[in-house]
Amino acid sequence: MFALSKRSLIKLNVNQEEYEVFIRPSDILLFTLREQLGLTGAKPGCYNGDCGACTVLVDGLPVKSCLMLTAEAIGKQITTVEGLKDAPIQKAFIEQFAFQCGYCTSGFLMVCHALANRHPNPPDIVIDEWLQSNICRCTSYEEIGNAIRKVLSGTCK
Amino acid sequence: MIPFDFEYYRPDTMQEATDIFRQLESEGKTPVYYSGGTELISMARVGNVIFDAAIDIKNIPECRVLEYDQDNNLVLGSALTLSEITESNQFPLLGKTAGRIADHTMQCKITLGGNLASTIIYRETVLPLLTAESRAVVASHDGLREYPINEIFNQRLNLEKGSFLVKIVTNRGFAESPYFHIKKTKNEKIDYPLLTTAGIKVGGMLRIPFSGLCSYPFRSMQIENILNDTGSFEERADKIADTVSENILNDTSGSSEYRKFVLKNTIINVLETMKDV
Ligand SMILES: Cc1cc2nc3c(=O)[nH]c(=O)nc-3n(C[C@H](O)[C@H](O)[C@H](O)COP(=O)(O)OP(=O)(O)OC[C@H]3O[C@@H](n4cnc5c(N)ncnc54)[C@H](O)[C@@H]3O)c2cc1C
Ligand code: FES
Ligand code: FES
Repeated sequence: MFALSKRSLIKLNVNQEEYEVFIRPSDILLFTLREQLGLTGAKPGCYNGDCGACTVLVDGLPVKSCLMLTAEAIGKQITTVEGLKDAPIQKAFIEQFAFQCGYCTSGFLMVCHALANRHPNPPDIVIDEWLQSNICRCTSYEEIGNAIRKVLSGTCK
Repeated sequence: MIPFDFEYYRPDTMQEATDIFRQLESEGKTPVYYSGGTELISMARVGNVIFDAAIDIKNIPECRVLEYDQDNNLVLGSALTLSEITESNQFPLLGKTAGRIADHTMQCKITLGGNLASTIIYRETVLPLLTAESRAVVASHDGLREYPINEIFNQRLNLEKGSFLVKIVTNRGFAESPYFHIKKTKNEKIDYPLLTTAGIKVGGMLRIPFSGLCSYPFRSMQIENILNDTGSFEERADKIADTVSENILNDTSGSSEYRKFVLKNTIINVLETMKDV
């Protein structure tokens, strides 16, 4: 049985690199990524699972990192926006002007990136379901939808 | 940030889980079983729950099972995520219900057991289980026991201290029955329900449980007797609304009068769509 009873040194795999970090068992992943690893791409917003600004990928699936313990992520592959490195969805966001202030952007990028990897040809209803997990206060929804559709249709590589 | 410290355990077997729970209690600590963690983390952050240890059950193989057993029962582990259940499409009504809880990203984290045992008043995943007469397999220090969901879930999942839900067992015939699912929210598509119903038709009879109507999810034989009686759809809807009217929720999502109106329309809608099924 894996146990973490106090502040301890653990290993995390983030963006395909091994990191050693000191964590409290009650630390949330969002905090560890930002404050310990300096990966500030995942943004704090509501801390309540509502806004999606903190979304990262855990074993390829989108997860709101404000509602995941760092301890739960041990042994898993975590991907943050810093790990995307010129993914098609990043180019599509720029070409489609899919952001204004940019605060929600990394969360949306992670959801779109996971969607493109898991469902290369999804029906519109699936695209909508995935995108509805995130909120954009600047209301760039139309452009974000265009960006993911560009990637899915293969017209942005 | 969670403003207090706790210990984290991830047992590999059911026995390890109940043993560590008991050991921590004997040390005067307050352990909790931890599954998706979405409710525990959000409540801990604002001080609505405090505990000394989280026992994460997601590594226990029995809690992750998704298969048919030799008796043609669908077995769903309590630590399956809502999206795993929806994507499997093995229990279409449960998949549909799970697919309308929170949003897609949250569905990749919220688990079946966590939703059934949560403190929020909706616990929508119980609705399909109540209609399908599912059975809950519970692990305690004395071993495994199976309970009809309609007994162990009375307003809430009533588990003895130290025990946890391992899996849900459902007869294939019920899991594959013709079904209906209606979730009405105040405003947005993604929200807590003003009213959700998720039922099936078995042997020509409709089964209709509710969440959001009262301060707990429920299935009522009295309501189903009226629903399956003769009389116009409107008369049946009126009678049902009268039987529950005293307990209907009255809050900022919807007044009790409005919920009653939504209830009647929903019943008529169900009767119409299911009449030829
Ligand atoms: C933005 C958002 C919107 C939501 N909307 C809805 C909605 O519309 N309808 C709805 O029904 N839900 C909704 N939920 C889900 C709900 O509020 C809970 O967060 C969720 O059901 C908890 O599941 P979990 O697996 O994360 O449980 P956890 O947080 O791990 O646990 C919740 C509780 O269950 C106990 N527990 C967990 N697993 C077990 C087990 N196997 N045996 C015994 N006890 C156990 C824990 O000790 C804890 O007390 C929403 C959640 C969020 C964040
Ligand atoms: S900060 Fe995580 S969902 Fe808003
Ligand atoms: S671009 Fe500003 S919140 Fe989305």
